[in-house]
Amino acid sequence: MAEVEATTHTVHEAPTGFWRKYIFSLDHKVIGIQYWLLALFSVTVGMVLSIFIRINLVWPGTEIPILGQLFPVGAPDGVMTPEFYLSFLTMHGTIMVFFVLTTAPQGGFGNYILPIQIGADDMAFPVLNMLSFWVTFLALVVLMAAFFVTGGPPISGWTGYPPLSALGEIAGPGLGIGQDLWIISIAIFCIAALLGALNFITTTLDLRAKGMTLMKMPLTVWSWFVTAILGLLAFGVLLAAGALLLLDRNAGTSFFIPGGLVVSDQIIDHKGGSPLLWQHLFWFFGHPEVYIAILPGMGVTSHILSTFARKPVFGYRAMVYAMFAIGILGFMVWGHHMFASGMSPYTAIFFSLMTTAIAVPSAIKTFNWLGTLWGGNIRFTSAMLFSIGFVSLFVTGGVSGIFLNQPATDIALHDTYFVVAHFHIIMGVASIFGMFAGTYFWFPKMFGRYMSESLGKAHFWTTFVGVYAVFTPMHFLGLAGNPRRYAELTAFDFLKPLEPVHLFISIAAFLTISSQFLFFGNLIWGFLKGKKAGENPWEATTLEWEIPSPPPHDNFAGKLPVIHRGPYEFSVPGEDKDYTMQTEPEVSQDKS
Amino acid sequence: MQVKLLAFTIWAITTVTVVLFAGKYWWFPESASSHGESVDRQFMYTLWVTGVVFIIAQVALGYLLIRYRERPGRKAIYNHGNNKMELTWTLATTVLFYVMVIAGQGIWYSLYIEAAPQNALQIEITGQQFAWNIRYAGPDGEFGPISPELINDSAGNPLGLDLQNSAAQDDLVVPTMAIPINRPIELLLRSKDVTHAFSVRELRIKQDTVPGLVIPIQFTATRTGRFEISCAELCGLGHHRMRSFIEVLSEEDYSNWLVEQSEY
Repeated sequence: MAEVEATTHTVHEAPTGFWRKYIFSLDHKVIGIQYWLLALFSVTVGMVLSIFIRINLVWPGTEIPILGQLFPVGAPDGVMTPEFYLSFLTMHGTIMVFFVLTTAPQGGFGNYILPIQIGADDMAFPVLNMLSFWVTFLALVVLMAAFFVTGGPPISGWTGYPPLSALGEIAGPGLGIGQDLWIISIAIFCIAALLGALNFITTTLDLRAKGMTLMKMPLTVWSWFVTAILGLLAFGVLLAAGALLLLDRNAGTSFFIPGGLVVSDQIIDHKGGSPLLWQHLFWFFGHPEVYIAILPGMGVTSHILSTFARKPVFGYRAMVYAMFAIGILGFMVWGHHMFASGMSPYTAIFFSLMTTAIAVPSAIKTFNWLGTLWGGNIRFTSAMLFSIGFVSLFVTGGVSGIFLNQPATDIALHDTYFVVAHFHIIMGVASIFGMFAGTYFWFPKMFGRYMSESLGKAHFWTTFVGVYAVFTPMHFLGLAGNPRRYAELTAFDFLKPLEPVHLFISIAAFLTISSQFLFFGNLIWGFLKGKKAGENPWEATTLEWEIPSPPPHDNFAGKLPVIHRGPYEFSVPGEDKDYTMQTEPEVSQDKS
Repeated sequence: MQVKLLAFTIWAITTVTVVLFAGKYWWFPESASSHGESVDRQFMYTLWVTGVVFIIAQVALGYLLIRYRERPGRKAIYNHGNNKMELTWTLATTVLFYVMVIAGQGIWYSLYIEAAPQNALQIEITGQQFAWNIRYAGPDGEFGPISPELINDSAGNPLGLDLQNSAAQDDLVVPTMAIPINRPIELLLRSKDVTHAFSVRELRIKQDTVPGLVIPIQFTATRTGRFEISCAELCGLGHHRMRSFIEVLSEEDYSNWLVEQSEY
């Protein structure tokens, strides 16, 4: 009973103390910003790691004094060892996938914006929300600790395939305590993600304001909702897999370790396990994870394209169905990561056909984005530029997937740089473009000030051209057969002619990474000096633009809105301005 | 101005990508196996289909940006979509992609599902950190028993061959491999320790070697030459140098090679 009351008209008291206000806050907006800052820290670490990765690939043996001082074992005299390269590679992937691509789009923007966009004064479970952030934070701390333990971080990649990840130090450096920390960190992260997913689902279903029917929800809300469902179903499986792997390593079980293994002439005392079991469990999580990373980007892109094209989203319902189709199909395609794994070759055909099906809703999304621009009156803000970039990258990264979803062509491309190019463009860069777009778009709402548009545009140009320069050539490395996860390219004759391509990629990467200072600078500038923004700086239609910037503690000051319109009523004929808020009653309103 | 620059940039990126794919400056090595040609053909079909989709989408994106950029006094059209267009688009992509993908499954079938011909030459390949062990059955055509307890790398018995057994005594274990041209080959892939992947670019072969499993694949080499074998699944700190060679020889050269190796 009390619950029902609470959802309709609680007036939240704003906390006054520093700790309750900024650290252990229950306010979804503060928690959203905390998530976002955690992702910003993580992406910086991940990016720095990628600099060392690219240096080592083109100039192996380079002395980097600071590396030697920080990691005397992994980089004696500042020269990276091959195993330390693999440690960095593992940490780069893990940090980026879990702590950037999974946190910022959902935990960051979703947390901040979703309750406001559905007309709620907070998430359904504020304490759970606070916990999910701090548990995520703990997971990050545990992962970072792996840098500073004996043996360093694990060298088994972000996919942590056993037996390599299961056998301990005998299989290589970093596979002792570093690997344990990695598994524990991922397990903790899963718990946080599950808490977050529950909260998002409940909030979306239960806390919508009067009139906010499902089909009046902004596509951003739909994308966060579908993402939460995927998270709820996927992270539990990864958590279980992690627990089993930890048991194999420390309790003598053999879930993933078969009998008769001999490592360095030593017989391993395990039997009966299956390395493929891990791959099935991991990718049952891992493929939906790709959509967990990119669906919010799709939502943000739809939202921003419509706003700045001054046009309703083309095919709103089709967009919603397409997201659900992608989400559901996403659970039936994990085997396409395993065509070369030794699983039954019949299943490869099944997974190939299921994966092809995902091309259809993806094509619907692309078509409808173009349809949204068609007939519009397009304003080119920084947020819009990044959303347009998202569409371009989504197409590019999408079509390369079609080569990989056919087992026959995948044989040649599997585990080469073609795959690296594919997933970086679609899962990494496109998603990050969604985050950039979201940042430029909602920054004025969050902090009451605009970011600089000139810096924003400079940032867009360098990044857009930069990421294509980095990742397009990687496709060709893949065609030439360059395997991924090679610490050095010197041992094989066929890799020698590819060195100039790698050099080009490294230089392009350094330039693109440098240009991110424009973004960091812009954040600081915007926060301190940015032009003051009013309630609705972009002349948009959804609920967050009807409240002050930044919003008050309980969002709507105790007066929850009533919704009359769809989320994207732009350029409605007969109205004098080209945007109609969701709360504006229909002109010819009879009781409906 | 800025809008046009954006559209031209998108088109320029598209053009450069198309030129790089059309020029084949960095490309697959020439195929050296019978299925390799079908794989390459399927790759080219896919390249055409996805290439057309890629070009149309990127060109349309650039065009729409210029055509519908904000101009004073204009208002966007009020339109919520078009179900007929959605349906057409959905059906078109479904048919286009499925025809192509289904057509390609035959190659996979012949490589992995069809039984190897009776006369196929069986060769066993065992990965270990960070080397390949190649085993031929020898004159008796039978692989001798092996056992993990007998493995002793330094004593030259990396597979743990049971040398008491007569079937094992004539087995040939070598670090690099040779095969005869135009004869069906069946590889039996194994691993001693962690997962590796046996990969030869020219043969269009890549298959994980999984500890605990024996994974068969079959192919026929169609071109003589000496190709590098690489590892394609992260296996530890020496992954990047886990290298061997496969030589595709004429029947005669292959027989001589076998004799040489056995004497050695």
